[in-house]
Amino acid sequence: MLLEVRDLQVEFRTRDGVAKAVNGVNYSVDEGQTLAVLGESGSGKSVTAQAVMGILDMPPGKITGGEILFKGKDLLKYKEEERRKVRGAEMAMIFQDALSSLNPVISVGDQLGEMFIVHRGMSRKDARAKAVELMEHVRIPGAKERVRDYPHQFSGGMRQRIMIAMALALEPSLIIADEPTTALDVTVQAQVMDLLAELQRELNMGLILITHDLGVVADVADKIAVMYAGRIVEEAPVHDIYKAPAHPYTKGLLDSIPRLDQKGQELYAIKGLPPNLMHIPPGCAFNPRCPMAQDICRSEVPPLAEVDADRGSACFFWRECLDDSSRN
Amino acid sequence: MPEQPPYEEEEFHHGPEGPPPEDLAIAPTGFGGTMDLGSSEAETLEKTPGGPEGTGPKEKPRSLWSDAWRDLRRNPVFIISGLVILFLVVISIWPGLITTQSPLKCDLSKAQQGSQPGHPFGFDGQGCDVYTRTVYGTRISISVGVLATIGVALLGSFLGGLAGFYGGMGDSILSRITDIFFAIPVVLGGLVLLSVVTSNTIWPVVGFMVLLGWPQVSRIARGSVITTKENDYVHAARALGASNSRMLLRHITPNAVAPVIVVATIALGTYISLEATLSYLGVGLKPPTVSWGIDISSASAYIRQAPHMLLWPAGALAITVLAFIMLGDAVRDALDPKLR
Repeated sequence: MLLEVRDLQVEFRTRDGVAKAVNGVNYSVDEGQTLAVLGESGSGKSVTAQAVMGILDMPPGKITGGEILFKGKDLLKYKEEERRKVRGAEMAMIFQDALSSLNPVISVGDQLGEMFIVHRGMSRKDARAKAVELMEHVRIPGAKERVRDYPHQFSGGMRQRIMIAMALALEPSLIIADEPTTALDVTVQAQVMDLLAELQRELNMGLILITHDLGVVADVADKIAVMYAGRIVEEAPVHDIYKAPAHPYTKGLLDSIPRLDQKGQELYAIKGLPPNLMHIPPGCAFNPRCPMAQDICRSEVPPLAEVDADRGSACFFWRECLDDSSRN
Repeated sequence: MPEQPPYEEEEFHHGPEGPPPEDLAIAPTGFGGTMDLGSSEAETLEKTPGGPEGTGPKEKPRSLWSDAWRDLRRNPVFIISGLVILFLVVISIWPGLITTQSPLKCDLSKAQQGSQPGHPFGFDGQGCDVYTRTVYGTRISISVGVLATIGVALLGSFLGGLAGFYGGMGDSILSRITDIFFAIPVVLGGLVLLSVVTSNTIWPVVGFMVLLGWPQVSRIARGSVITTKENDYVHAARALGASNSRMLLRHITPNAVAPVIVVATIALGTYISLEATLSYLGVGLKPPTVSWGIDISSASAYIRQAPHMLLWPAGALAITVLAFIMLGDAVRDALDPKLR
């Protein structure tokens, strides 16, 4: 297994109290595999990713438990300097907003070349040549002429391509993409997503795709992990989840996608708000919003029940949910 | 906040009910509301090339600095102050270009005499040529100002930058120390500290200015680094394996240095006048050093009989300080992206 996150727990200690952002997350991704992590803002999906990358701001963040096994070794036991060498070279991250993720005062060629200078000790000239090569690889037209341009001279899609090129520069084995297409136009979204998927296949990388866009997920992901209040509530191969979700939260998410055959009807929305991470409700965190909630949901935390060999749901009533979804 | 807010919220949350203060500042009318916001947003969009990639006329790549330089070249305030400063710097390096006499060659018999051929500014109380002394005074004033500013800028941005970047205990301690320094009145501090110095060079004065000046720059640098280090590109650089020193030097410093430059340029003017103040009070530079402050001090006793002795060095001082403050203003306008 390329990456295995085991029972990860992250807290944020703030003046107002302790926010439990991640409460025992388990997931794994293998080479060539795409794991989509789905969830609302505040569900802990980005925090988990930052913990994996080792770029969590500590303090206020604090990893209180768990393991992050990368190629069999626990990254949390690494020293900061060793960790830094892993970043960029073996695992890299793509951020949501490429404009703000690129340094405005350094030309894109220099920023791309920096990867080779920092990690490979290349000369500036060789690094520049590599930068052009990378820009061509992510299909930026006129790469040779544009290598001296600054980030603000590129369009959103092109900037995200440059970001992807930077992340892939050293051919890492794991890429974490944190909502890579959220800030882009719909038409550009598809192009960027296709490019990412293609490069992933080419380099046989593991990809963790963090998103709240169910449309993006369906095409590219192998499996999906749905997060709610810092836990994974459902984990399943992508097709199973679309066919019949086994958790009421996943079901709610899927039901709130507009569909053509429901034209004219009111769009479903999950009632209520995501929980305050400083006061996560006792029992199942989703219980105040859940249409199927029973007494047990308010007192006990549901474990991740095995639905299938490669499928799990953290709901006491996953059978009912599954039956209910299959009927529709 | 455990999660980054989504992009739309951060960038376009310009509802008419709560526009960010910067937008109000550039809106021509107070109640422009949505219309002004709309136009400023349209402007931002225009700046991002939206057309098909790689087409259109090829313009030269532009960085923040070349943008700022382009703005500066068109700014008359910058041109005027720049030329004045250039002139001052040239004559401080080669005073012989515009005067052939020595500032120390004095003839008591001509004391306090007014303008006469070859001596356009007249003579001072010791019979020295005021014109020559004013010209030579430039050297001292500019040297003290430049050296003090360099010292202040280096020390202040080094300490402030590190404190802002690493935060924590060191930052708290540094912030308290700067508070203490802010509480010291400059002139009083100068009178106390410099009165015990007997050295006849400019170094004690420069050292005193650095000692009292760095907290100002340090505070600015600290704030600037704290804002800059929260930018996504710093996180991104970290996620791609940049070390702390690399992030600080390559990604944060170039983006955080603008406010320091602005403050330093304006401070240069004030250090020049501070040197004159201290010399006037007798604790700064001492004769035979040629300094505007010393000349103003000795001329002040004869202000009613021979005002020209005071006016020329004082005028030179005022013009120099004004030029640096104007330059600082122009640089600030050019480097402040909010005003664009």
